[in-house]
Amino acid sequence: MREVLAATVLLALATAAPAAASSDPLSPAREAELRVLLEQDCGSCHGLTRKGGLGSPLTPEALAGRSDDDLALTIRHGVPGTPMPPWAPLLSDAEVSALVEMLRQGDVQ
Amino acid sequence: MSFRTLILASAAALALAAGTVGTAAAADLRGTGDLGLVIERAIGQVAVVDRLQNSRLATVKGLGDLSHASVVFGPSERYAYVFGRDGGLTKVDMLTGTIDRRVVQSGNSIGGAISEDGRLVAVANYEPGGVKVFDADTLELLADIPATAIGDGKRSKVVGLEDAPGNRFVFSLYDTDEIWIADFSADPRAPVLTQFAGIGRQPYDALVSEDGRWYIAGLFGEDGLAMLDLWYPERGVRRVLDGYGRGAEPLPVYKMPHLEGWAVAAGKAWLPAIGRHSVLVVDLATWQQVAEIPVHGQPVFVMARPGGRHVWVNFALPDNGTVQVIDTEALAVADTLTPGPGVLHMEFTPRGDRVWLSVRDRDEVHVIDTESRETLAVLPADKPSGIFFTSRAHRIGL
Repeated sequence: MREVLAATVLLALATAAPAAASSDPLSPAREAELRVLLEQDCGSCHGLTRKGGLGSPLTPEALAGRSDDDLALTIRHGVPGTPMPPWAPLLSDAEVSALVEMLRQGDVQ
Repeated sequence: MSFRTLILASAAALALAAGTVGTAAAADLRGTGDLGLVIERAIGQVAVVDRLQNSRLATVKGLGDLSHASVVFGPSERYAYVFGRDGGLTKVDMLTGTIDRRVVQSGNSIGGAISEDGRLVAVANYEPGGVKVFDADTLELLADIPATAIGDGKRSKVVGLEDAPGNRFVFSLYDTDEIWIADFSADPRAPVLTQFAGIGRQPYDALVSEDGRWYIAGLFGEDGLAMLDLWYPERGVRRVLDGYGRGAEPLPVYKMPHLEGWAVAAGKAWLPAIGRHSVLVVDLATWQQVAEIPVHGQPVFVMARPGGRHVWVNFALPDNGTVQVIDTEALAVADTLTPGPGVLHMEFTPRGDRVWLSVRDRDEVHVIDTESRETLAVLPADKPSGIFFTSRAHRIGL
């Protein structure tokens, strides 16, 4: 039972780990997961509609003055001194870029 | 009119109300002690559930952005007040499964509380920062308490709004490191404010102990907690667990821990560490840390099963598919469960025989036997987050 449990946990971690080759295009399944992450987990602090909360607003209008690189940097490294954590341990560069693209589209369901 | 006629008349009125919307059948008289609400946050609706039957009775739609939504109940357990992210305050009738009233009272809010007498509902707001207090019957605005200004016309975000004995509300100001008490005992339209400054950096959430004596705010900006003795507020805010983990590099926190509904068991308080994968155990007599229990990830909710035999813990990303059960006597993890991805919240039945888990990424609510830890039922739910049983109506600080 313990082994089964440990295997399940490892599997779950492996699934959550960044893709090894970050230049590969993301699979549609992974992209869908990222969309859920953006809406639900980013949404916990930034609002499901991304109009802000404990975190700042992330609507396309709110982010209009910031470059893609700047946004990717913020996602990867977080904002020291605030609750915004660094996501680089959980997300590959390609995945971060995909999130930036989704933020630009502002495609909140 | 005799008592019996009255009952019949009310039953008829209920049946009429229910009939018009075709939801909960209320023609049969029933109590509310076995009811609860499940937040389905992505689609802005709540489910009325029956915790004895493990069933879903009704769906109430049209509640707005429910990210981080929370619920309090009026003392009769008939009405639930749902606090939405978008500033919406919705009064839900648990018996008819309908919206009784709804106001959008700010641009952005984070939760609320109901007063000791059940007549006032207070909401903590981010934008504009402050607290608004409403008549629980009519949702008429009674008092508006703007938070401290922080420049550019903005005011501090308010967090950790809790009810306290004496018809008081207590809350923390995230941007300006303050704790305020608003005393409504004399006049519901003119609260008396007591303000404490410099309580510690970035209070992010708070709780009032079940006995109503202690208000405790977690600090994001430094290690430690700010504590106020509500029996003796004149003694001021003091620091507890000062500098826990000092010297250690904090780990990233992918979801902020929640303190309300904290665990008190075996004479000790059980708290989520922040930036550390551990649960801190504090002796309530001395407020000294007596243990640090390593756990699977960053704890979010640390909740005692009523009775205090075990403490259950869920976790932030990337570990939010796991729940751990701590033995409060052995001070060690006794069991590890993997209900599914995205376990966001846990709610115990008031006697502690069962716990309901929201498993968001599987669109399910699981009902688990707390003794055998077997899954007794699985209810479908759309991206469920918070689960709230009506028994909260009778507890201080919930």
